[in-house]
Amino acid sequence: MAEPLLRLDGLRKHYGGLAVTDGVSLEVLPGEIHAVIGPNGAGKTTLIHEITGIVAPDEGRVVFAGQDVTRFSLPRRVRAGLARTFQITSVVAGFTARANVALAAQARSGSSFRFFRPAASERRLNDAAMQALAEVGLADRADTPAGALSHGEKRALELAIALATEPRLLLLDEPLAGAGPEETERLIALLTRLKSAYTILLVEHDMQAVFALADRISVLVYGRVIATGTVAEIRGNPEVRAAYLGEDGA
Amino acid sequence: MREAWLPLAVLIALGAAPLLGFGGSYETTLMARTMILGMAAVSLSFLVGGAGLASLGHAASVGVGAYAVAILDAHGVTEAARVLPVAVGAAAVFSLATGAIAIRTSGVHFIMITLAFGQMAFFTASSLAAYGGDDGYTLYSRTEVLGTRLLEDRLAFHYICLGALALTWAVCAMLLASRFGRVLRAARENAQRVEAVGLAPYSFRLVGYVLAGAMGGLAGFLLANATEFVSPASLSWQRSGELLFMVILGGAGRLWGAILGALAFVLLETWLAQQMQHWKLVFGPLLVLAVIFLRGGLSGLVARRHG
Repeated sequence: MAEPLLRLDGLRKHYGGLAVTDGVSLEVLPGEIHAVIGPNGAGKTTLIHEITGIVAPDEGRVVFAGQDVTRFSLPRRVRAGLARTFQITSVVAGFTARANVALAAQARSGSSFRFFRPAASERRLNDAAMQALAEVGLADRADTPAGALSHGEKRALELAIALATEPRLLLLDEPLAGAGPEETERLIALLTRLKSAYTILLVEHDMQAVFALADRISVLVYGRVIATGTVAEIRGNPEVRAAYLGEDGA
Repeated sequence: MREAWLPLAVLIALGAAPLLGFGGSYETTLMARTMILGMAAVSLSFLVGGAGLASLGHAASVGVGAYAVAILDAHGVTEAARVLPVAVGAAAVFSLATGAIAIRTSGVHFIMITLAFGQMAFFTASSLAAYGGDDGYTLYSRTEVLGTRLLEDRLAFHYICLGALALTWAVCAMLLASRFGRVLRAARENAQRVEAVGLAPYSFRLVGYVLAGAMGGLAGFLLANATEFVSPASLSWQRSGELLFMVILGGAGRLWGAILGALAFVLLETWLAQQMQHWKLVFGPLLVLAVIFLRGGLSGLVARRHG
C-alpha cells in the first residue's frame, strides 16, 4: 500500500467532559478522494480544525507528507501543501476574482515582502491566477469583484484559490453547502474533473455527492470513526446504517 | 488615479502659493502646518484604510520624531544628516516595540491599546524635565542641512514640506499596490483568507505599522522645525484623534483623502478661531455632522462626481 499523504493518529479533543474527537485515526492515500461523513454533532468541524491547525488536539498526531505537522499553524500547513476551502465561503470580497487567486499565487511564488512593484502588473502571478480560474471555469469572470459573484461562483473561486497554492492535498469543507440544485450539479462536475489531478479530503453532508465522488468513505459518529471503506462497503455496513443512514438506507 | 485631480491640484496650489503672493510668514506657517499634518494623516490613512489598523496613538510616533530633534538639539546635535535618521529611526523603533504587542489585538482592543501606548509616550515626554517637561522645549535653531541654514529659509522649508508630503503619498500608494500591500489589504477584509493561502497577517501588519511610524517620525522632524518648539501636546491623544479625524473626514478609502482632510481641518479651525472665541463649540458639531453626512469622506464626494 502506498504511503498515506495524510495520517491522523489517535486524535483526541475534549471540551469539558465532552469528547468531540475521540481517538480518530484515518489515512488519506495519494490520489484518492476520501470523504468524511457523519450526522450533525459528530465532530466533523472540530476534526477539520485539528487537521488545518485552528484547534490543537489534546492527544494524537497529524502527519502530512511524512512530516509531523501537529504543532504547525494554519499558514504553515498551507505552505506545506495542505490547502482548504471553508464551509462558509471565504474570499476577499473587494478584490477581483483574479486578485483573489493572484494573492494565493504570490504566497507560492517568492516572498510577499516586496514593496516596490505593483502586484497587479506581475505577469507571472496573473498568468497563474488565470490558469487556476480557467481550471474551475471562471476565466470569464476574472475582472468581477469577488463580492459580486454568485454563491456557486464564489465556491468555484475558493477552489481556484486553493488550487493556486499548488496543494498536495485539498481539504474541502462542505463544498456543496448552501448551493442550489443546479449549482450543486455544476460543482459536482467540477470536483469530478479535479478528482483525477488532486488528492482530496472531502467533508460533506450531501450523500448523493459523496457516493458519486468518493473512493473511500470514513463515517464519524460521536467523535469516533465507526467505519472506513469503499462506497459499496459503507452502503452495506449495518452499523453505519443504524447510526447514520437510517434503517431504510440510501 | 484620474479621480485624484483634486489632491494633485491642492499640491500644485501649495507649490504655487508663495509665487502668487502667499509667501508671507503667516501664510507659510499655516501651509507648513497643513502639509505636515497632511503627511501624518496620509501615513495614518495607510494604516487605517490600507491595513485596517485604526490606531489612536499615531501622534506618538510624530511626537517621538519631534522629541528626537529637541533632545539632540539640547545636546548640540543639529545636523540633519544625523538628526533626521535618528528622528525617523526612533519613531520606527517606538512603533516596532508598541506594534509588536498592539497588533496581537484587533478592533476596539487595538484602538485602546494604541491609545494607551500613546498616553505612555505623552506622560514620558511630560516628565522629561531636562527637555522642558510639561512646558515643552524651544529649539535653539532649526536643524542644519550639511552645515547650511537651509531650513531657516521660508521658501526652502515650504518646498521641503511639500516634497515630503508628496513623497509620503507616493510611497504609501506604492506600498499599497505592491505584493506587501496586497496582503495588507486582503487581511483587512478577510484575515482568515490570507492565512488560508499560507501567509501570516501579523508580520505584514507589523511591518506596515513600523513603516507608518517611520513616516510619522519624518512628519515630527518637520513639525519640530516648523514651530521650533516641541511639547508633550504633540503626542497627546487629542492630536491622535485629530489625525484620525482628518483621515475619516477625507475618506479612509483613499490615501489622498487624508490630504484633503488635513487641509479642510486646518482651514476650518483657523477660520472659525478668527470668527469667535468659543469656536470649538461650533467646530466639534461640524466635524460630527461631516462624518455622519459625508459617507466616504471628501474624497468619496469627489470620486462620486466622476461616476
